[in-house]
Amino acid sequence: MKHIDEKAIDEEIKWAKINEDVLRHMETPRKAYWIALATSFIMFLVGLTAEVYQYRYGLGVADLNRSHMWGLYIATFIFWVGASHAGTLLSAFLHIIHAEWRRTIYRFAEAMTSVALMTAAIFPMIHLGRVWNLYWVVPYVSDREIWSNFRSPLVWDAFAITTYLTCSLTFLYVGMIPDLAICRDNARGWRKKLYVVLSVGWQGTDRQWRNFRKTYMTMACFLLPLAISVHSVVSSDFAVSLMPGWHVTSFPPYFVAGALYSGCAGIMTLFIIMRYFFRLEDYMTVNIMEKLCKMTFAIAMVWTYLILAEFAAVWYGHNQADKEVLLAKFYGPFAPYFWAMMFLAVVLPFTLAFQRLRRNMAALMVLSILFNIGMWLERWMIVSPTLSHAYNPESWNMLWPSIVQWCIVFGSLGWFGMIFLVFCKIFPMVSMYEVKEMVFHQKKDLLGHKHGHSHAGSGHVVGKPSVEGA
Amino acid sequence: MRKKYSVMGLFSDFEEVFCALEDIKKNKVPGVTVDDVRLMSPIEHPEIDEVLGERPSHVRRVTLCGSLFGIIGGFYFLVTSQSDFLVQPQGGKPVVPIPSNIVLTYEMFILFSVIATVLGFLVLSGLLFGKREKLYSEKVGVDQIAIVLDLNEETYEPIKALFRQHKVLEIREEVSK
Repeated sequence: MKHIDEKAIDEEIKWAKINEDVLRHMETPRKAYWIALATSFIMFLVGLTAEVYQYRYGLGVADLNRSHMWGLYIATFIFWVGASHAGTLLSAFLHIIHAEWRRTIYRFAEAMTSVALMTAAIFPMIHLGRVWNLYWVVPYVSDREIWSNFRSPLVWDAFAITTYLTCSLTFLYVGMIPDLAICRDNARGWRKKLYVVLSVGWQGTDRQWRNFRKTYMTMACFLLPLAISVHSVVSSDFAVSLMPGWHVTSFPPYFVAGALYSGCAGIMTLFIIMRYFFRLEDYMTVNIMEKLCKMTFAIAMVWTYLILAEFAAVWYGHNQADKEVLLAKFYGPFAPYFWAMMFLAVVLPFTLAFQRLRRNMAALMVLSILFNIGMWLERWMIVSPTLSHAYNPESWNMLWPSIVQWCIVFGSLGWFGMIFLVFCKIFPMVSMYEVKEMVFHQKKDLLGHKHGHSHAGSGHVVGKPSVEGA
Repeated sequence: MRKKYSVMGLFSDFEEVFCALEDIKKNKVPGVTVDDVRLMSPIEHPEIDEVLGERPSHVRRVTLCGSLFGIIGGFYFLVTSQSDFLVQPQGGKPVVPIPSNIVLTYEMFILFSVIATVLGFLVLSGLLFGKREKLYSEKVGVDQIAIVLDLNEETYEPIKALFRQHKVLEIREEVSK
């Protein structure tokens, strides 16, 4: 069998080159970047047009005047909240366990989290119809002494998502400060002004690094339970109701696993795109992608187990209404979408068990998109079958979403793409200081092995490997 | 009036920096101790604490304050607002429901912990309202490590000599009276 070098990146890479590469590629991405940005903008305009049309003619154009009061909007909301999961959660988790390979990919994964949350947050607003009444969910002191209902999971959602967005953005920002200082030292014009403000005078002193290390680890420890709580809260929108198919105790872990899975698939897609757009092949290596694939595979298997456990619980629980909903998915009107979901999200991940496939970027691009389509279908299969087949037979019907709904969902992809791509152009998507640390540790380990001892805890302060950057 | 000097020596690698610091520890320049040293580097060396000695970081104390505020303040906010809105239909549930308040208190605990941590970091690192180092080199952001010291006339030349002995790449200085 062909030997594969499992190093995450080349440890001989010079530190100055890391700065140069990342900064240069921010300035001059490939042409494909601009095409993607223009496409995203057009998609966003399509969504915006549909939204304006919906305001002009009312929510009836979205077919939300029947039992399907949630439809695609809330399914897509869950999808985006889920997609937001992997970035911060994985970044925090991998940071806590000191997984070195995280260092080159965590920045864009965290950015994905923040942008996906911003995308998710617009769906409840779109779904509300009267968006000007959005502030009703915000707890504020009013002269009529009216407060929002804190028992409602929808208010929990507002709290949880606001907290997650705030914490994810601060986590992303704090992790970026040393890199913003590098950008500040190298930029000109409006970029320089922006980086001067954002880098808050970072100079890389030992005092700053010491506090930075503690802060970053502390934040990671808080973000881990927060990310899990957020998707548990989203699952409560369904699980605390008495609707058939939703009132399931395994929903919170099932939602968290599903979120991680779709988030990992999203990271895979963006990994390949970023690597190509910004010529980051030296940093986002095939070896790192392979590790990401293995993790995605493991999470997909956890999720598969949970979805099968959910079916089993419904089947053996023998609650007729719950079973009817399940059967509607198995061979009722939702069967094509349900089985497409099962194939894309349950069967297809097994292909990741093959090393040849895990190292083929083109195949992984296709696979990761298919996983995401599968996970989006899964969200739809949570929302729609229950709404179309609940306790009241009068409300039974089959929903095929209207063109307005489809356009808004399509537009949300454009909104996500647009913000994410602009973000990547302004801020370094590969963490320069973390890659330097990675190279430093990799080199140190290598020298440690050569000299037949481990560096860890050696306690000597002299005789350390040179950083070789100068 | 005696002059005061701020001196920054730029080095190419940690090895030389640590050797220079070892010499300072061994009191090779009387009047200068390792406690006077400020280090600037492109990354945080994992064994920096062993070289410079334990220096305190109080970020986590600020985090604790934020956590306590989030838990107590969050729960208090919920309880007072619920007690203030008795006309709301309760649906047979208590006016102050503990299970749902736990969820929201948990979120506020994390939110205020994180906000306090970040504010603590910015203030304690001297990034907000702090005094910046007068001497700074952009090369620190690339691949060089700097030792910064505030010196007087007696220690100024010996430290420069010590830096040169350890292959310093560049010495920058600022004189103040």
